[in-house]
Amino acid sequence: MIGQAVQVLVDAVSVGGLYALTALGIGLIFGVMRLINFAHAQLIMIAGYAVLLFFAQSAVLAVLGAVAGAVLLALVVERMAFRPLRGADPATLLIASFAVSFLIEKMMIMLVGSRPKGVDFLPMLAGQVEIAGVRLQLLQLVTILVSVVLLVATTWFLKSTRLGLEMRAAAENFRMAEVLGIRANRVIASAFAISGLLAAAVACLFVAQTGLVQPRMGLQLVIIAFVGTVIGGLGSLPGAAFGGFLVGVATILLEALLPPELRVFREAFLFVGVAVVLIFRPQGLIPARGLAGRI
Amino acid sequence: MKLAAERVSVRFGGLVANDDVSLAIAPGEVLGLIGPNGAGKTTLVNMLSGFQRPHSGAITLAGSDMTGHRPRAFARAGIVRSFQAVRLFRGLTVSENVEVGLVACGLGRAAARRRVRALLADFDLLRRAAQPASSLSYGEERRAGLARALALEPRFLLLDEPAAGLAAAEAEDLKRAILSIRDRYGCGILVIEHNMALVMSLCDRIHVLGGGKTIASGRPDEIMADPAVRTAYLGRAAA
Repeated sequence: MIGQAVQVLVDAVSVGGLYALTALGIGLIFGVMRLINFAHAQLIMIAGYAVLLFFAQSAVLAVLGAVAGAVLLALVVERMAFRPLRGADPATLLIASFAVSFLIEKMMIMLVGSRPKGVDFLPMLAGQVEIAGVRLQLLQLVTILVSVVLLVATTWFLKSTRLGLEMRAAAENFRMAEVLGIRANRVIASAFAISGLLAAAVACLFVAQTGLVQPRMGLQLVIIAFVGTVIGGLGSLPGAAFGGFLVGVATILLEALLPPELRVFREAFLFVGVAVVLIFRPQGLIPARGLAGRI
Repeated sequence: MKLAAERVSVRFGGLVANDDVSLAIAPGEVLGLIGPNGAGKTTLVNMLSGFQRPHSGAITLAGSDMTGHRPRAFARAGIVRSFQAVRLFRGLTVSENVEVGLVACGLGRAAARRRVRALLADFDLLRRAAQPASSLSYGEERRAGLARALALEPRFLLLDEPAAGLAAAEAEDLKRAILSIRDRYGCGILVIEHNMALVMSLCDRIHVLGGGKTIASGRPDEIMADPAVRTAYLGRAAA
């Protein structure tokens, strides 16, 4: 019984970690541009296809390919689609993000077709390990480890580096940041590159877990993670990571705890929970400090 | 070396915010910019800091044309402004607020931190350095805003209503701080302010706007005696 509970908990934390990484990528871009970037799904998707392309050669090459693909696409999308719209109202940016998302998805379907493709990525992680009498999947432990490392690394980057400091300032009040001499193009492009890196990590772990790559693979992750950024607090990076984690954990716990006949309504229960959180904390669980004071 | 607006005009639809206004600030000078609400003062400061492009006329620094440059270019040229409300980054610590402009201009973090500590000590904020800016009192926020602006070693400092909301004693402290900044850094300072007692005792020269046009420009005693200024502020009967 305890073993089963620990397994569910590890599963929940591992899925929560994936959503936290996805939400952090979305939150970072929202922070610096006030853009809800639904094209983040296509960064995950392109990284997934990079894994498909290279996994047969080597796992390291597949991971590097995924990072290169997602970062490159993120930078191209920023330069071609979002930079010309900088300063546009949030509704325009939102529509543009949907347009970019659909465009990339449909182009990918034209190129490779819409059928899922099987990928046996990182098969060495398919085994189980026994810790204190509880058998746990190695891949889930690796997912938790990678998520923690990336969340800590991103936090360290934002706290301790020059670019991170500029990024936090720009995320809070972009116009004031410019007054102080912060280079908008560099900060925004860097944020997109980091969001690409996070998307690549999510794609590698997701592909290893599901063994599938398909053009719509990032969509579900991004929608749920976006919900996480909202309940965490739009514009707050700790809020985004925490909200994403919470939503991921809730998804798995609902799956485990709901009676079998109610499990098909898992998302409905999840969104009722989200609605309740937003009724009592409309600004999110860890609201952004500077959002109201933007000029 | 002067920062100048040369015959600048700006229109917002049918509203003429600035109409053929010329003004220049010299290093080491405190220039007051006054006028009734809606006179076009903030629009003029927006042009002098790159936030608004004039529809005609030019903004020049030491004779070179800065018209149409972005705010970052103005900041890098040593023109730093404040806003009516203090715009500290509330999620950053007090120290980081001052540091961010320095690192953005290319200073390494270690050197930036040394300079930040010296500035915070000058503004009596050292003990608050590691605390979030959101925890500061109103007066402390104002001082931190000035420290942040000064970190960039501005050649020209444009202050939009720095004394707004301050008590008389705090306004007097602010006046001393502004004069001390001028004396220590030698920068030219433009102050938009409604507190007339402060403006008259602080400024070397005063420029008066009304309805987007220049009404008067001169020493504080000349401005006090100018009938056109009295009319703009108090109405025709009083003048």
